[in-house]
Amino acid sequence: MRDDGSREELAVPRASFRSYYGRPVLKPPVWGWKIPAYLFTGGLSAGSALLAAGADLTGRPALRRAGRLGGFGGLLVSMYLLIADLGRPERFHHMLRVAKPSSPMSVGTWILTAYGPGSGLAAAAELLPASLRPTLAGRLLHAAGRPAGLSAAIFAPGVASYTAALLAQTAVPAWHEARRELPFVYTGSAAASGGGLGMLLAPVAEAGPARRLAVAGAAAELIASRLVERRPGLPIEAYTTGRAHRLRRASEYLTLGGAIVAVSAARRSRLAAAAGGLALLAGSALQRFGTFEAGVASTKDPKYVVVPQRVLLGRTRRDEALVLLGQFDGHVELSPECDQPDGRDWRVQ
Amino acid sequence: MVVQQDICNGCGYCVSGCPYGVIDRRHGDGRANKCTLCYDRLHGGLEPACAKACPTKSIQFGPLDELRERAAQRLDQLHDAGVPEARLYGHDPDDGVGGNGAFFLLLDEPEVYGLPPEPVVPTRDLASTWKHTGAAAAALLAVAVSAFVGRRGR
Repeated sequence: MRDDGSREELAVPRASFRSYYGRPVLKPPVWGWKIPAYLFTGGLSAGSALLAAGADLTGRPALRRAGRLGGFGGLLVSMYLLIADLGRPERFHHMLRVAKPSSPMSVGTWILTAYGPGSGLAAAAELLPASLRPTLAGRLLHAAGRPAGLSAAIFAPGVASYTAALLAQTAVPAWHEARRELPFVYTGSAAASGGGLGMLLAPVAEAGPARRLAVAGAAAELIASRLVERRPGLPIEAYTTGRAHRLRRASEYLTLGGAIVAVSAARRSRLAAAAGGLALLAGSALQRFGTFEAGVASTKDPKYVVVPQRVLLGRTRRDEALVLLGQFDGHVELSPECDQPDGRDWRVQ
Repeated sequence: MVVQQDICNGCGYCVSGCPYGVIDRRHGDGRANKCTLCYDRLHGGLEPACAKACPTKSIQFGPLDELRERAAQRLDQLHDAGVPEARLYGHDPDDGVGGNGAFFLLLDEPEVYGLPPEPVVPTRDLASTWKHTGAAAAALLAVAVSAFVGRRGR
């Protein structure tokens, strides 16, 4: 009855599944490093745009400047990363042929299209040389700065969050399984990086909102990230093992460290604020690479596809299913056949 | 489904969206590709080349209803002949992907053939995903606003 021919039940059931010679069921994502890099720069751009609009309305010129330039700089880098990662970069504008609510890729394209002009115009107003200010064009551009910045800030939360839907709305087990928490990880990460940039570039006296945004974002990112790891289901293992795990742990330390600096030394010392800001930026970047890597890993091992779907089908013994899902509670089923409608043992030899 | 090769810009989203790992981006070309069931031949009134060439009629092409009927008969035949492990895969329009245009008669569990045992279209959870994404976006906006109306006013 068992592989070794004995009739005794094993204390812990064997956790096994079958596959086609261990080959993956899914294709790994075709995206290279540019996409997780974009996840970071896009979030940074959005967080900075929010900070810039608030700084503009509350009379913090240095923070506004950091936010507007960081926001547009992040967007420019994002555009490069997104287009360069396409299989046919020269066809990037084909994205604008359709609008599909069922495709976060399409929704995101339109969010970025709506976000871009405001971000660019606000940055241009910021960079306007004083000598051009009295000209008509100069006065128009200067006047357009605030509405443009507010327009960017309105769309910024969309820019920061849609990337979570982009990953979650796929057949990639680790991403799809984290669909409830990932948006909060990513918006938290965007706020932490935007705040971090403000801490890095603006003087301490103006950077209060940047510190508060950074701390709130870091807290959201850290909590949501831990909630992902506590979610039941085998695909979550991809977050807690291997390279993804190492990247995400490093991210946690940096984000936590940056947040601690933000509520303490960064309120007095410019140098400490800059160091904390850099730690938050690095933490946000590693978080994006970590979650991305978890998804890639979950496509390469067929167990992440086969086991959860087996459990879904109810054709796996309860205790074996729990072992496979990492939730074995010590209770062993005594008659393995009873749970299998066809009465056959499907396990691998 | 057929990829419009003159439109595809190789974004790769279909690759990660496919629960079967079928479609992929071609190296050196950059566009997504998968079997088209010989789209060009179909337009010329011919059947796909694989079905035409198959010497044992293991690959059959035709209207889905007819194929499903034929498959059910074949399955009964096999079960009567003492092959209880025979099963159909992808034939059921009520499964997690709404049934497949190409389905199989298997003699073992699907995963043994490299097929996912119970695939589901990722869009099944679309509403839930957007709902959580919207909530996270709203929370970000609220946090950003409150960062400026903080007590210290600095």
